[in-house]
Amino acid sequence: MSREEIQTGLAEILEEVAGVTPADATPEKSFTDDLDVDSLSMVEIATAVEDKFGVAIPDDELGNIKTVGDAINFIEKNQG
Amino acid sequence: MSTSATDVVVTGLGATTPLGGDVTSTWDALLAGRSGVSRITDDWVKDFPAQLVARLAADPAEQIDRVRARRLDRSQQVAVVAAEQAWRDSGAGEAGVDPLRIAVVMGTGIGGALTLLGQDDVLEEKGPKRVSPFTIPMLMPNGPAAAVGLAIGAKGGVHAPVSACASGAEAVRWGLDLLRLDRADVVLVGGTEACVHPLPMAGFAAMRAMSTRNDEPERASRPFDKGRDGFVLGEGAAALVLERGDAAKARGAQIYARLAGAGGTADGYDLVAPHPEGEGASRAISAALRDAGLTPADIGHVNAHATSTPVGDTAEAAAIRSSLGEHVLVTATKSQTGHLLGAAGALESVFTILALRDQIVPATANLDDPDDDAAVQALDIVRGEPRRATFSAAVNDSFGFGGHNIALVFTTA
Repeated sequence: MSREEIQTGLAEILEEVAGVTPADATPEKSFTDDLDVDSLSMVEIATAVEDKFGVAIPDDELGNIKTVGDAINFIEKNQG
Repeated sequence: MSTSATDVVVTGLGATTPLGGDVTSTWDALLAGRSGVSRITDDWVKDFPAQLVARLAADPAEQIDRVRARRLDRSQQVAVVAAEQAWRDSGAGEAGVDPLRIAVVMGTGIGGALTLLGQDDVLEEKGPKRVSPFTIPMLMPNGPAAAVGLAIGAKGGVHAPVSACASGAEAVRWGLDLLRLDRADVVLVGGTEACVHPLPMAGFAAMRAMSTRNDEPERASRPFDKGRDGFVLGEGAAALVLERGDAAKARGAQIYARLAGAGGTADGYDLVAPHPEGEGASRAISAALRDAGLTPADIGHVNAHATSTPVGDTAEAAAIRSSLGEHVLVTATKSQTGHLLGAAGALESVFTILALRDQIVPATANLDDPDDDAAVQALDIVRGEPRRATFSAAVNDSFGFGGHNIALVFTTA
């Protein structure tokens, strides 16, 4: 899956779980500072990412994912 | 120094109920004699002895933002809807009250049962990693109070009384205390419940507490009637905004009524069965009158708890008769709304206030043949049509499993 496809899929998740407008889900955006996504929502997002991309995000990695770009990188690197 | 003489008034009302999505539509439907009760048609209900329910007239999830709604249990959603109505109605938000002086008291009987049971299904079917991270804040009994506190920006304290079906009335009483003790300047009080699900339905049915008049939904809730056979589970929420009278007048707020007094007791008799003579209930009503500085002759109307159970209604009739006498105009509005459990006391406070405002007592639906019980026979229970009357003080009483008794006295503004 290309980075663009991952970004689109991630934007869909962010809209569903946290009400983020898809156009705002760009790589440089911080989940907490820019998109108002709290820690519990990040857990929901991780579950949705696993369902959509087949990529599990371990708890100790979740804390390192600060931006949309971090999430795209993680999914791209770990997709099967 | 604030004392029990502190004048506390009601400046805002909100409700979402089986009769309507707001206070006006609910009150109009009540006076028109409409019923909120229907028969459940879902497959799960077919083996259930009691199949009736009073569902909300308006879906709360459609009244609040989608993302916000998915993080709130249904009991929190309805609480937020009712609270936001009451808050807007009061005008307290625009009046610039210091958030540190705003408090919330929002009770519930059951709490986030739909979340608890729904997430247990997720756990069983998909495992622990699939349980929602919002499970705990959605199921905790203080969840509705906390959600309401966030919604109106209350930083002066958020409280959640839990006393089964007395919770809503208990919240009103706590609000009165907070204002008298000068712990807040504005208190939003209320009750909420949304637990229509097979497990609570089965549990209440196992207690033989629910009506099984499945073929006549609108006639099933019949307080004080000889043919009553249990309550009908309802869902919804109601909220009131309370303030000290001088402050409310100073900001030019509308004043619906005064909350003149409150009383609370425990039966000390049985975990669920009411004292047969309503001894604890009678003491609560008498205590509320003393607190209000009124006598039984001053009270013109009682909105009874009367859930339509065989033992509860006669115990309450005895309590009303022994504490107030036989002159009061009694009504049992659960005949149309069903029993909203932890929201009941708050909703019935709203009805009591509107009865005072409009000088009209709603009728008790389905009271075709009053019970032979001496107290039921002695009381003037309004039936058939609402009755116009002149009265300046009214009582709302509420009782809960656990032997909780709360009585509230409201007077005209």
